[in-house]
Amino acid sequence: MAEVAQNGKVDNLLLDVHGLKKYFPIQKGLLRRVVGYVKAVDDVSLYVREGETLGLVGESGCGKTTASRSIIRLYEPTAGQVLFKSRVLSPDGQPRMVNLLELNREQMTKVRQEIAMIFQDPINSLNPRMTVADIIAEPLVIHGKYQKGRSEEIIVNLLERVGLRADHLRRYPHEFSGGQRQRIGIARALALNPRLVLCDEPVSALDVSIQAQTLNLLQDLQKEFNLSYLFVAHDLSVVQHISDRVAVMYVGKVAEMAGAEELYANPLHPYTEALLSAVPKPDPLYKSERIIMQGDVADPAHPPSGCYFHPRCRYAVDRCKTEAPAFRELKPDHWVACHRAEELQLKGI
Amino acid sequence: MAVATAPSAFPVAKQRSVGQSYFDLVKYRFKKNKLGVLGLILLVTLYVSFVALPEFIAPYQLENRSNFVEAPPTAIRFVDANGQFQAPFIYGLERKVDPVKRLRTWEINTDRKYPVRLFVQGDEYRLFGLFPMNIHLFGIEADQKEQRIFIMGADALGRDYFTRIMYGGRLSLMIGLIGQFLTLALGVTLGVISGYYGGAVDMFVQRFTEFLAAFPNIPLFMALSAAIPAFWSPIVVYFMLTLILAFLNWGGLARQVRGLILSLREREYALAAKSFGAKDRRIMFRHLMPGTMSHVIVIATLSIPGMILAETALSWLGLGLRPPLTSWGTLLQDAATVRAIRFTPWLLWVVPPILLTILTYNLLGDGLRDALDPYSGR
Repeated sequence: MAEVAQNGKVDNLLLDVHGLKKYFPIQKGLLRRVVGYVKAVDDVSLYVREGETLGLVGESGCGKTTASRSIIRLYEPTAGQVLFKSRVLSPDGQPRMVNLLELNREQMTKVRQEIAMIFQDPINSLNPRMTVADIIAEPLVIHGKYQKGRSEEIIVNLLERVGLRADHLRRYPHEFSGGQRQRIGIARALALNPRLVLCDEPVSALDVSIQAQTLNLLQDLQKEFNLSYLFVAHDLSVVQHISDRVAVMYVGKVAEMAGAEELYANPLHPYTEALLSAVPKPDPLYKSERIIMQGDVADPAHPPSGCYFHPRCRYAVDRCKTEAPAFRELKPDHWVACHRAEELQLKGI
Repeated sequence: MAVATAPSAFPVAKQRSVGQSYFDLVKYRFKKNKLGVLGLILLVTLYVSFVALPEFIAPYQLENRSNFVEAPPTAIRFVDANGQFQAPFIYGLERKVDPVKRLRTWEINTDRKYPVRLFVQGDEYRLFGLFPMNIHLFGIEADQKEQRIFIMGADALGRDYFTRIMYGGRLSLMIGLIGQFLTLALGVTLGVISGYYGGAVDMFVQRFTEFLAAFPNIPLFMALSAAIPAFWSPIVVYFMLTLILAFLNWGGLARQVRGLILSLREREYALAAKSFGAKDRRIMFRHLMPGTMSHVIVIATLSIPGMILAETALSWLGLGLRPPLTSWGTLLQDAATVRAIRFTPWLLWVVPPILLTILTYNLLGDGLRDALDPYSGR
């Protein structure tokens, strides 16, 4: 944790996460004895600058979603620090860094105006019993900002901005297609004019053609409203398309974080290299050397010793089995957690 | 045709009629179930006649006694002694005493004829407790001392038994509704809280419902009924009884609601509301509870008959309502002696309305269950 505390030199930060941990207890028996922990998020450190998009990738079950939900305390994190530059909490209106995990209930509710969330499943994330108007108005109602007339205008504008029509207002979610529902979710996220939007796999439930539309919409909205995104995904090409920087997660830890082009061209972590080798190339003549990893993803309830990736890493040495690597800034703005990062010559795309 | 092609000036208003809310869909599906619709119509009829209009439908007042003690049901006739067909009428009744058997009997006197009329004047009453009236749905225009009409016979005090069934239905049907309402309020609230918070709250609520469920019912009824002071007015006793019934019944409902909430709270829309800063109360009662309503309505509909039966059974045992309150249970108590079954079997006329009520609730409940479940695939 301590080794990333020098993040202070990174300028223009909006979100700065240090050593975030979320352990889910495993309970057994009548008395709910705790027999162990699932380390869903185990020491995650990352940061998002104002106006940029950080893509968070990793395979299923690596803790991406848990990490994003822990950041706004939908899950109460076990440990760590989530610094967020908040406007609503500072008395003079000047944005100021606050640790979200130290806020009380009331303050946390206030901060939620500035951090919105877009969910993965467009069917499940909209209440089937509410009309579109009620759904988009809900954040306003919760924060006591709903005014008859004026708010209705805001809602219609939002709806039109995301590509729906005003006459959709009285309809129910089940009357829309998947892409349209996700647009409703986006409109809801923007209702309170947030500064940071946590996108939890917002396009992975959509058709490929709809994915592209939705991604472009998100990019347009980012420019228009000066938004910052933490964009969780498992699709590397989606992440490459939308992200300024990318963080790669493996079994609850961030393995590598760097600018998108840098990461795709010069990966420093063997896991990133393996992931990149699995990205399909649009060139049929290109013969890629596919890295087939041995073994399975580690079980977060019983992670391996040392570096969690060592049982599957083809570059692993003895040191990797005993000693967990630190997450360090090897090149400017290029962070990696690997003992051999300096000596390895890894292949990007 | 010009109207059809002209662009609508009110797109929102037009859309409103096209948009299908959940309950529009439910209505549509429910209408397709003929038995369910029949149940609903019958039930509304039952409640209107037994709860709203018994004073009007019954020919006499509840406590109107007469000398026609244990008179058998009066036959309404259309053909007189001469074989002539005519408007409905009844013959007069005369009391005879059998000196050998020492038995009082009632015999028909074909010399006295009384036409049966609709909307006759009779006992004074207040319609809906407000408007003074004396018109009754049917009856005979005769001096009450001379002749009365007893379509379901008379009881040991010479009161019209049909009248008593009509008035008794009011209390019996209302105890089901009020009791079920209290059960719902308790069961749903505690179920939602228990499922949403989990942990120690859940543990406590669930163990408490198990405790209630494990407790033998009849002794508990007896103890609780015995705890109601005898000097309380019958109407207070009535409300205490509904409270007792509700208190014993909420457990099962709370469990089912808890189960539904456990699955609903993992839905992303609950998380979404939380992510925007919604308070627990809003998530529980605005987002999660409506999702359980379809299930709850069906359970409630199907368990109202249980409430009505419980009242009937308790009153029959002498633990529930007591005279002078008249409910189907207290009427059944009168009918439940060997003597009554041997000499005044018409006192069992109270049974068909009980059966009919339960049947209609079940028809309605089945219809609702099919209509409210959008995933049944029919």
